[in-house]
Amino acid sequence: MSDEKFDAIIVGGGLAGCSAAIVLARAGLEVLLIERGDYCGAKNMTGGRLYGHSLEKIIPGFAEEAPIERVVKREKVSLLTPDGGLDIGYSSGKLSAGPECASYTVLRAKFDQWMAEKAEEAGAEVAAGFLVDALLVEDGKVVGISAAGEEMYADVVILADGVNSLLAQQIGMKKELEPHQVAVGAKETIKLSEDVINQRFGLASGEGTAWLSAGDPTAGGFGGGFLYTNKDTISIGVVATLGDIGHSDVSVPQMLERFKSHPSIAPYLEGGEIIEYSGHLVPEEGIHMVPELVRDGVLVTGDAAGLCVNLGFTVRGMDFAVESGRLAAEAVIKAHELGDFSAAVLSSYQQALEYSFVMRDLKSFKGFPTLLSRRAIFECLPELCGEIADKIFTVDGAPSENIVLYIVDAIARRTSASELMKQITTVLEAF
Amino acid sequence: MKKMSVDDKLALDLFHTDEEESHIKVDLDYRDEAEIRKLLLACPAECYKWIDGKLTFSHLGCLECGTCRILSYGKVVQEWRHPQSGAGVSFRQG
Repeated sequence: MSDEKFDAIIVGGGLAGCSAAIVLARAGLEVLLIERGDYCGAKNMTGGRLYGHSLEKIIPGFAEEAPIERVVKREKVSLLTPDGGLDIGYSSGKLSAGPECASYTVLRAKFDQWMAEKAEEAGAEVAAGFLVDALLVEDGKVVGISAAGEEMYADVVILADGVNSLLAQQIGMKKELEPHQVAVGAKETIKLSEDVINQRFGLASGEGTAWLSAGDPTAGGFGGGFLYTNKDTISIGVVATLGDIGHSDVSVPQMLERFKSHPSIAPYLEGGEIIEYSGHLVPEEGIHMVPELVRDGVLVTGDAAGLCVNLGFTVRGMDFAVESGRLAAEAVIKAHELGDFSAAVLSSYQQALEYSFVMRDLKSFKGFPTLLSRRAIFECLPELCGEIADKIFTVDGAPSENIVLYIVDAIARRTSASELMKQITTVLEAF
Repeated sequence: MKKMSVDDKLALDLFHTDEEESHIKVDLDYRDEAEIRKLLLACPAECYKWIDGKLTFSHLGCLECGTCRILSYGKVVQEWRHPQSGAGVSFRQG
C-alpha cells in the first residue's frame, strides 16, 4: 500500500466491492480495494446461488470463465414435518435458459477471488489482509480510511463491508442492527463425487439443484433449511431469524443436525464428508432496513446496505450486491468528472438504485418480511400440508372422507376464522 | 452421515487465531439467564457455553458472524470488533 491519495477506496472485497472496483478501474480511476480477510472471499459465505443477470452487465458471459459450481436447472421447495414433507419440484428447459436469466451455485471463497482478479486486471489495487479500523472524517466529509495504523486518503470511500458494517455505523449512516432484521446461517460444505451428486439429484453434468425448505429443521422457528448442489460438494445449512431465537430449545447447530438427519434430506448426504463449517448473517428485512446510502464522500452498497430479499422460494442478495456496486461506481465516475464528491452529486447512486430492479424489487416485496414472521408459515402450514397429503395419499381400506370437508376441518382445528383471514390478508399484502 | 460435534466441525476450518486477544469482550458475570440462553442457542460456533451453572466464552472458533453482537450488545456482549488484520477464520469454500 502506498501513501498516495486514491480516487476511490473500496472497503470490502465481496461482490459489491469487487464489482465497484472493476467498473471504476475500467474508467481509469485509481482504486484501492481493501479486504480484511487473507483474500477476497475469505470471510464470505453464501447458501448459495448467484442470479447472474447483474454481473452479466459488467462481465458478459462471465460464467464461461468464472469458478461457478453448477447452473441451476432444478428448483425444489419443501414443507417438512418431523417424519416427511411435501415437496414442490420444478424443472424446465426455461430455467437458466440463457445468461440473462441463469443462476449458478457458487462458493464465495473461490468466486470472490476470481472477481478480485478481474478487478486487478482492470487496474485496481487489491490489498487483502488489512482491517479498516475507521473512516477518516474531516468537516463532516469522509476523506479516507485508517487501516493497520496507516491513514489512506481518497476522494470517495465506497463501503462494501458486509452485513456487520461497523464503518457505516461508526459515522451514523446505519443504526445497530436489530434481531428481527437479520438471520444467522450455519452451513456445511459436504464433499461427494460429481457422479454421485448427478445420480442422487437426477442432474446432467454441470446442472444443479436449488432446494429450500421450511418447517421441521428450525423446529417451527422463523427460518428454514437450504441445500445447493455444487460441482463435487453440497452446500447444506439452516437460517434462523435472530428475533425468533429461543422459540424452541433447539440451538442453531442442532437445527443443522436436525435438517441433515431429516428423512427427506439424509439419503442425499450419505457417505459425504464435511470439509468446511461456516456461519454468517443475512439481512432479512428488505426495504425496511436500508440505511442512509450516501453522504459527503461516502456510499454504502451490498449487504452493508441491507440489500437482500427472501421470498421463501427465492433468496437474493448477491445480484443486488453486484448491481449496487456497479451503480455506486457509476455515480463515483460522474462525481470524478465533476470534481465534486458531495452527497448531492453522489446521490445519483441513490436515484439509479431507485430506478433499478434493486429498490423496485425491495419495494414490491416489502410485505414479505411480515409474511415470513408469521408463526403459521413455519409451524402450522407444514403440519397442515403433511396431514392433508397423508389423507390424500393413504389408501388403507377405510371408507374415504370427503376431502374438502377434511381440509376445512384440518384448518379449523388449527386456527379461527378471524386468524385465518389475517393470514390470508398478510399473504395478499406480501404479493 | 455420522453426527459430528461443532468443535470437530470447526477443526476442519482454517483459522489464524489471535490466541491472546479476543475481538469479543463478554461479561461472564451477566445475570440474566434469558439473555444468556439466546446466545447459547444462536451462536453457530458454540463459543458461548453453559458449564456447571456458569457462562463461559472462547473466541477460538468464532466464525465472525455477528450474531452475539446483534442479540446482546451492551448486555452480555460488551465489545464486538472484527479480528485484527489477517486474524480469524479464513473460508476456503464459503
